[in-house]
Amino acid sequence: MRRSFVTDHSEISRIFKARAIVAGLFSFLLIGALLTRLGWLQIVEYAHFAGLSKENRVRLMAIPPNRGLIYDRNGVILAENRPTYHLELIPEQIEDMDATLQALGEIVTITEDNIERFHTAMRTHRPFESISLRTRLSEEEVARLSVNRHRFPGVDIEARLSRHYPQGKSTVHAVGYVGRISEKELNVIDVSNYRGTTHIGKTGLEKYYEEELHGIVGQQNVEVNAEGRILRVIDKIPPLPGNNLVLNLDLELQLTAEKALGDFAGAVIVMKPKTGAVLAFVSEPAYDPNLFVHGISVKAYKALREGDYKPLFNRALFGQYPPGSTFKPFLGLAAIDSKAIGYKQAIRCRGFYTLPNDEDHRYRDWKKQGHGTVDLANAIEQSCDVYFYEIANRMGINRMHDYLREFGFGDKTGIDLLGERSGLLPSREWKRRVHNKIWYPGETLIAGIGQGYMLATPLQLAVATSALANKGKKVQPRLLKEMRDTDGEVTAMAVPSVSWIKLGREDRWDHMHKAMHRVLRGKWGTARATGWKLKGYEMAGKTGTAQVFGIAQDEEYDAETVARKLRDHALFIAFAPLEDPEIVVAIIEENGEHGSAVAPIAKAIMDRYLLTEDAEE
Amino acid sequence: MPKNNYQFDAAYQSRFARVLQIIRIDPVLLFGLLMLTLAGLGILYSAGDQSAELMQKQVVRLSIAFLVMLVVAQIPPQQLYLWTPWVFLAGVILLLMVFYAGDVGKGAQRWLKIGVRFQPSEIMKLATPLMLAWYLSERPLPPGFRSLVISSALVLLPTIMIAMQPDLGTALLVAAAGFFVVFFAGISWGILIGSGLALLGFIPILWQMMREYQRQRVLTLLDPESDPLGAGYHIIQSKIAIGSGGLYGKGWLNGTQSQLDFLPERSTDFIFAVYAEEFGMMGAAVLLSLYAFIIWRGLYIADHAQDNFSRLLAGSLSMTFFVYLFVNVGMVSGILPVVGVPLPLVSYGGTSLVTLMAGFGMLMSINSDRRLLSK
Repeated sequence: MRRSFVTDHSEISRIFKARAIVAGLFSFLLIGALLTRLGWLQIVEYAHFAGLSKENRVRLMAIPPNRGLIYDRNGVILAENRPTYHLELIPEQIEDMDATLQALGEIVTITEDNIERFHTAMRTHRPFESISLRTRLSEEEVARLSVNRHRFPGVDIEARLSRHYPQGKSTVHAVGYVGRISEKELNVIDVSNYRGTTHIGKTGLEKYYEEELHGIVGQQNVEVNAEGRILRVIDKIPPLPGNNLVLNLDLELQLTAEKALGDFAGAVIVMKPKTGAVLAFVSEPAYDPNLFVHGISVKAYKALREGDYKPLFNRALFGQYPPGSTFKPFLGLAAIDSKAIGYKQAIRCRGFYTLPNDEDHRYRDWKKQGHGTVDLANAIEQSCDVYFYEIANRMGINRMHDYLREFGFGDKTGIDLLGERSGLLPSREWKRRVHNKIWYPGETLIAGIGQGYMLATPLQLAVATSALANKGKKVQPRLLKEMRDTDGEVTAMAVPSVSWIKLGREDRWDHMHKAMHRVLRGKWGTARATGWKLKGYEMAGKTGTAQVFGIAQDEEYDAETVARKLRDHALFIAFAPLEDPEIVVAIIEENGEHGSAVAPIAKAIMDRYLLTEDAEE
Repeated sequence: MPKNNYQFDAAYQSRFARVLQIIRIDPVLLFGLLMLTLAGLGILYSAGDQSAELMQKQVVRLSIAFLVMLVVAQIPPQQLYLWTPWVFLAGVILLLMVFYAGDVGKGAQRWLKIGVRFQPSEIMKLATPLMLAWYLSERPLPPGFRSLVISSALVLLPTIMIAMQPDLGTALLVAAAGFFVVFFAGISWGILIGSGLALLGFIPILWQMMREYQRQRVLTLLDPESDPLGAGYHIIQSKIAIGSGGLYGKGWLNGTQSQLDFLPERSTDFIFAVYAEEFGMMGAAVLLSLYAFIIWRGLYIADHAQDNFSRLLAGSLSMTFFVYLFVNVGMVSGILPVVGVPLPLVSYGGTSLVTLMAGFGMLMSINSDRRLLSK
């Protein structure tokens, strides 16, 4: 049935009203549902979303601390932070990048490589982040850029602090250097403290005192927008700069030692016996640590690694040499203290020595015709080998080992550097353990003149000599004198550990001091040529020669015909002044042939230290 | 606030009220619209980085839109009735032209350039309810089976064409506008529920028809965290903005999500999140109440309309306005998929503003027509 439009008017109105009410209720109900949803988000989950919102906008940024500086004992700077200038561009502020790059290229040197790297970096950076185009601008380039700065909006000269070693090669083996943090180091360091830090101590004191030098990272909360652009700093905790190190090193003395060593490869350690302070720490040849700060090229590194005499090799710390005759004072003390021989008891030297049950094998003295009748003082003065063969045979290797061990041979000295070698002090047990062989009496004799298995580092020699000069007081060597904060207040002092070597009678020290004095002042003293020139103080010392290769029985040794690198190493240990030793020197000059040849180095150092200091006072 | 028009008429026969009456403007509806657009301008100022240029443009658009409303209000429903078939036909033709000559905007063909760029689908938001009301008001009500079939065809034709552009948001609004005409015409609850269930069965087919990005939107809604930097980013950031607003909000211009660019499309589709962040749940409740007030007024006008065409049209326009709101807020708060539906009268943008206000112009005309007759 068709109902007409007009007739059913009231019926339709009724239906429509009902529908309108339903629609109204329906829409209000759903608006209520929306409000419920908002209530869920804004009230129930408020904390969650408020946290997310804060995470979104607030970013924690690290402020790296300034690295502590390193000074020598007189306040001469050895490692500093120097501003280096970098050319940086902010792409979004530059209208025509190609034109800008070209124009910049006319002012400073910009290589193809620079531009390529720049374009690569542009792809990975946001347009408002500055990108480095050139690093380490020269002062002239900085000046030229500054004049033209107005032409280049969006181009900046950025100054950053980077490590610099003003002394270059000198002190590098002690101070070390910093370099970019490697992946391996990332696993070891406290990463949170190194946020923002790019460099870390790689060797030397820079590595040993890394924690103190580095300082504590600061941080700031910054508000960023969705692009990551920093809008403002919300709060800030400033970084705590690293401690400055004041070393015991005396740069003047270091330079004197380096100069005295000349072209030779070798090591010189200068110590204050009473305090363990290391005044000079020389290993030659050396290298320029500044090369490593910004990353050394593969080619340059290869040249250093494989270069003549290996400049990267720290001889003072890692070099293990047969101590040769410089061992004799320590062995002599062991002999008289263990009553293997009396102080005045003499032995006849015929130029060779034989073991009682093996008359055929001759152990030769360096002096073919022999030294005649020698007691301990003569034997030290002339460095008689036969005397020491005899006392070595009387003592036996184990007793020698026990005494020498007290002087620190075969053990790390504990200096404040990493990777120190411990040398080698053989014994019966050692040979059985390592070589699985029995100890032969002949080997005891060879050990008696500091050859054979015996190995010592220059540092060990210096420490042992200091103990001898100190009459038994053995002080741990220390490069660091004290740490200071940025205000110059001392925050820590180096306190080296001390141990004592006790002899049966105290005057045995004096006997040895006098014997060593005769090395320089005696009629037959091996270093008498140097001794004669001494003025103002008296020195005691001992020369040594370490064979680079073995010489067969009865074979004449001719230094002239042997290539320089095969010549013997020359050693010298010394202390002065004789009465109250203030300074100890241990020198190893590779291929220096004979210890007497390096005694002048010790004199130069001691003159500098004892005489100049006196003059100042 | 007057309870209803009669009281208003009696109590305030002021000069101003008389002027409004002469220019066929309903003061109650006008009040709601003005409040809402003013609030909208305030949010837009914050969402648009306090850009004077943006504000200027929006004010110009609003003025044009209100002018359009005023003009449309002068057209009596009888006249609209006469124009309706032609408007609908023109709309369908324009939609067809979009397929051949349309501009591509945001990966979809929905713009047509005739002098100015505009979306023909916007016309269908009005043309479809007009056409349905035109058709059904001529038939006996409640509509019979044949009427329903023809009605469905009239709704589906523009809906499918718009959905194919593809513009899911507008298609949804057009479909809703058509549906509500049928609803107000008194379609039986049985058929309503039955076809609702049938639609549910249609979902898998719809899924097949959807473009990849539309599917992605639905999937992202179900699990926004699955794609936090891609498709889920909008929803995640929007929820953070709303949630972090809390009960009282961070304060005008102080919404960090909005001011620091974390919230995308914050002056257009996601402007509600800016509002909820800066004014909190309390502010949102006030805003939603304003919308409810306008919807209520629209339904009131519909209920008091004088003829079937007017009441069907008025009812549909009011409910379409509600669907607008619900879909937008639902999407911004993460309970509905992201289908580009702006927050009506608040989001930045011109075309939808003009069609919305033209719709309110029709409501005002219907209201005035009723009043004229009653006098």
